[in-house]
Amino acid sequence: MADVHLPMTLMPLFAGLPRRIDVDAPTVEEAIRELDARWPGVQDRLCEPGPAIRQHIHVYVDRQRATLETPLAPGSRVDVIAAISGG
Amino acid sequence: MSRTLLLVGTRKGCFVVESDADRRDWSVRGPYCEGWPVYHAIFDEDGTIYAAAASEWHGSAVWRSADLGDTWTHSSDGLAYDDGRRLSKVSTLAARHGRVLVGVEAPGIFESRDGGETWSLLSTLSGQPGSEVWDDPGNQPPGHLGISAITCDGADPDTFWAIVQGIGLFETGDFGRTWTPRNRGLRADWPREHEEVGFCVHKLVRSQVDGDRMYQQNHVGMHRSDDRGASWHEITEGLPTEFGFAAAAHPHDRDTFFVIPLDPGHGRTMPEGRAAVWRTRDGGSSWQQLTNGLPQENAYVGVLREAMAADSHDVPGYYFGTSTGQLFASADDGESWTEIASYLPGISSVEVAVLD
Repeated sequence: MADVHLPMTLMPLFAGLPRRIDVDAPTVEEAIRELDARWPGVQDRLCEPGPAIRQHIHVYVDRQRATLETPLAPGSRVDVIAAISGG
Repeated sequence: MSRTLLLVGTRKGCFVVESDADRRDWSVRGPYCEGWPVYHAIFDEDGTIYAAAASEWHGSAVWRSADLGDTWTHSSDGLAYDDGRRLSKVSTLAARHGRVLVGVEAPGIFESRDGGETWSLLSTLSGQPGSEVWDDPGNQPPGHLGISAITCDGADPDTFWAIVQGIGLFETGDFGRTWTPRNRGLRADWPREHEEVGFCVHKLVRSQVDGDRMYQQNHVGMHRSDDRGASWHEITEGLPTEFGFAAAAHPHDRDTFFVIPLDPGHGRTMPEGRAAVWRTRDGGSSWQQLTNGLPQENAYVGVLREAMAADSHDVPGYYFGTSTGQLFASADDGESWTEIASYLPGISSVEVAVLD
C-alpha cells in the first residue's frame, strides 16, 4: 500500500475524500485511477488529457518529483501538492 | 413578492446577491464554487445555476446548483479535445431549450443535455474563415483566442450566435453544424486576411422585444443591426470612447440600450476616473451620460464583457460589477445608481433573474 497525501483543495470537491489514504497501485497513474474509481472526477482534477499531471499539480514519491509512470513500492509515500499560486 | 437575484462571477468564486422586488436592500451569499475563478455564471430557465470556472490547479469545470446556490456539484466529464488542441479555460455559458452550451479556449463549443453532468464537443467552427488561425498548433492557449460569448435564440432551439475573440461573430441555424460570419459593416483598424472576419467583437446584446435588433460593443466602436446581425452600422458618435466591453439592452424597449465606455489603452478603465453608464433611447442616434450615484473622482475601474445585466421588472433595473469588486445597481432605468457591494473579488460576470 502507498501512503497517499492529497491537497486540501481537493477535499471540498468530492464527498468523503480523505486528506490521507492508503492506495494499492503499481504506479502513480494507477493510484490516481484507483482514486477516480471511488471518487469519479478526481483524475480530471489532477491530470490533463493525455494523460499528464496538471501543470500546477506536483507529485512526489518518497520526496522525489514523480511522473504518472513513477513506480510505487509498498510503503511509498506519495505527496500530491497544489503548487504555490499568487493571491 | 418577487425576488431579484444577481449571480456574480468573480476571481474567487461565485456570489448570489439578493433583494425583494423593491431592489433597495441587498444581501450577499457566497463565495461558492470553492473560490475557483468563475468567468461566467448564469441562470437556466428553470432557475438552475451554472458557473464556468477554471482553477489554476484543478483545471476547468462547469459548476451547477439546483437550489439557488445552497449546494453545488461540478463536472468536466467530456470537456476535453481529443485532437491535440488544448482546452485551457471554460469562458462563457448559455442555456436554453434544455441544453447547456459552454464556450472554451481554444475556440470550441461543448454541449450538455443532462444538466451539466456530461459534455460533448458540438463545434469548433471548423472550416470557417479564420479557423486556420485558431487551429494552428502555435496558437493554442493560454492565449487570446476563445469563444467569448454565446447568444441563444429564444424561439428557435437550433439558432445561436458565437463570438470568436479577435475573429468575429458567427451564426448557426442548425445547432452548430454550419456557420455564417455576421460581420458585414463592422470597422477594423488593422489589416485583415479575410473579407468576412478579422473583427474584434467584444459584446453582443440582442433586444428581448425585437429579435432583429442587436447591439454590439466592438474593440472599435458601438454598432447596431436591424436585421439580426446580417449587417451592422456604427453608432459610436456621442460616446466618450469607442472602446468597452459591458452592455445591456432595455427589456421592454428596443431603442433603449446601455454601454460602459472605457479608455482603450492599457488601463481600460472609465475615462478620467469618473464612473459613468451611457444610455441611448433612440437606437444610438444620441447618448446620455448617467452618473448619479456613481463615483466621480479617482474611480479608475473597469467593467468586463459579461459584467452588466438588465432585469425584467416593469421599471427595469440594471447592474454592473467592476474588475476591482464593486457592484452597482440602478432600480430606476439607469437614472440613479447605488453601490450594493463594495469588497467582492474582481468581478467577471453579472447575471440577474426575477423569481416569483
